[in-house]
Amino acid sequence: MPNRPIFQKLFGRSPIAPIQAHMKIASKSASELGLYMEGLLAADWEKADPHGDAVVELEEEADRIKRQIRQSLPRSLFLSFSRSDLLELLNTQDKIPNLAKDIVGLTRGRRMKVPAALVPLFRDYIEYSIGATNLAQQALNELDELVESGFSGREADVIGNMIKRLDEAEHDTDVKQVDVRNALFNIEKELNPVDVMFLYRIIDWIGDIADSAQTVGNRLLYLIAK
Amino acid sequence: MGVIEDYGTTLLILAVLFGFFMAWGVGANDVANAMGTSVGAKAITIKQAIIIAMIFEFAGAYLAGGEVTSTIRKGIIEPSALDGDPELVVYGMMASLLAAGLWLLIASAFGWPVSTTHSIIGAIVGFAAVGISVDAVQWGKVIEIVASWVVSPVMAGTLSFLLYMSVRRFIFGASDPYIAARRFVPVYIFMVGYIVSMVTLVKGLKHVGLEITFQQALVYSVGIGGLTALIGIFGLSRIKRVTRSEQLDLVNVERVFGVLMIFTACSMAFAHGSNDVANAIGPLAAVNGIIESGGVIGTQTRIPAWILLLGGAGIVAGLALYGYRVIRTIGTHITELTPSSGFAAELAAASTVVLASGASLPVSTTHTLVGGVLGVGLARGISAINLRVVGTIFVSWMVTLPAGAFLAIIFFYLFKAIFGTG
Repeated sequence: MPNRPIFQKLFGRSPIAPIQAHMKIASKSASELGLYMEGLLAADWEKADPHGDAVVELEEEADRIKRQIRQSLPRSLFLSFSRSDLLELLNTQDKIPNLAKDIVGLTRGRRMKVPAALVPLFRDYIEYSIGATNLAQQALNELDELVESGFSGREADVIGNMIKRLDEAEHDTDVKQVDVRNALFNIEKELNPVDVMFLYRIIDWIGDIADSAQTVGNRLLYLIAK
Repeated sequence: MGVIEDYGTTLLILAVLFGFFMAWGVGANDVANAMGTSVGAKAITIKQAIIIAMIFEFAGAYLAGGEVTSTIRKGIIEPSALDGDPELVVYGMMASLLAAGLWLLIASAFGWPVSTTHSIIGAIVGFAAVGISVDAVQWGKVIEIVASWVVSPVMAGTLSFLLYMSVRRFIFGASDPYIAARRFVPVYIFMVGYIVSMVTLVKGLKHVGLEITFQQALVYSVGIGGLTALIGIFGLSRIKRVTRSEQLDLVNVERVFGVLMIFTACSMAFAHGSNDVANAIGPLAAVNGIIESGGVIGTQTRIPAWILLLGGAGIVAGLALYGYRVIRTIGTHITELTPSSGFAAELAAASTVVLASGASLPVSTTHTLVGGVLGVGLARGISAINLRVVGTIFVSWMVTLPAGAFLAIIFFYLFKAIFGTG
């Protein structure tokens, strides 16, 4: 008498692991973007191109996971956190690979060159932005433990502290952004105006990555709030 | 009266067969639901689950299964309505066993979450109301039973909610959850031992021939609870802190809860045995009582020990021959349950079912455990629960009662045609 047992159906698949996987991809796409930019800053396209391809692939992978999570969250699933908060978090996370892909697309399409005077500042700036995404991913890594401990105060504190560090990282990235912009402003008259315009855009987008990482942290706080 | 004298032995043998078949079905299906959560939470292996289930299902059936058996045997049918026609009760009870068993087979084939309790109650009420007369049913008791089907999951849910909240507050909220777990888990283990032994001592043992006063029971259960806690402390002493991350060492905490879950698994099996064995042997006890007394209904006060033993053995047989497969299926499919949340659901469900057994109310162990799981979910202890299952349960209620009744009525008239009326 095989009874497809009721307990098999009762427990839904928790979306926690997939959303962590998504963030891992997002963070990885930012790291790949960093490697790509290293090649670009050295004007070494042979080095940059494979990493650019990796960014594009990771973006597709992230989209795939995002779709899967959305499809596996029917309203009949009773979750231990707000469904809409989780989807908001997912949307924010998804901005990171999207931005990385846009940056790769634009710079590669234009075979963009970064003026030598900007290269060290640029490198620093990118590193900070990537650092912020890594912090966001670390905070997200704690989410399963938090759920397992029933959203207890202690584990929430651990995440809270990580998000504080994330906020600081985003702020530092902002400071670096001002430096890069100032340096570009000082030499912009000597450069092709169209190139300058797109350089500003790339600077903005790199900053947006850190912004998105910070927003991921804030969404995470909404999610775990009691 | 001729039928009972002429065919008494034949009827009794048939009833024993049907009863054993039903007990087998209970063991093959229901036990898996009772044990699956423990296996799913990785607290015990399938093999351990089988051994625990065999011992404690049997103990529950034998030591505390008498009250519910009495209800099914003589609580649903009004004996005075049947004076002069005892063979009708014999036919009806046999029909009920066959109907419930068959319905379980059908439902299992379609994968419906059907309760053995609901099937047998539906069947008995059905044959009595239609085959004999509407007055033959003790409607007051039936309403009480149906009400308990609503109350038991709600009660288990409330209990598990409170239990899980206490875990969150006292263990996960402590500055060192591992130390806190080691301190509080014995308290939960004490509760397991206390509740189970209290109900058994107060209500169950008189069927085995022991009379114990309430005060004595109180003292003994505190003693048994304490003894259980001591065994638990011994078990805990073998748990060592393995990984020590800088943040929370949840793995270690869960291993402590894993010890607790062995105890709740035992209590779950005991509770299930105490309540669900009656589904199989209640009707059998009724048939046996009438045949032994030569056609007098409901005079025996005690259920013969051999019937309780037969029920326990049937459950164990069903479990050993088939149930382990179902346990494996459930166990491998539940991946999102941790010992800390699973124990709360199990302890709440086991307490509720044991209390129902003590109050001689046949409830559905499965549905009670679902209630327990939902309670933990409400306390944010489980990350995702499929609420559609609750809907499925209601549908299975709506279908099982009339289906059990319908089949029982058919078999009732069939037996009546075969053996005739006295």
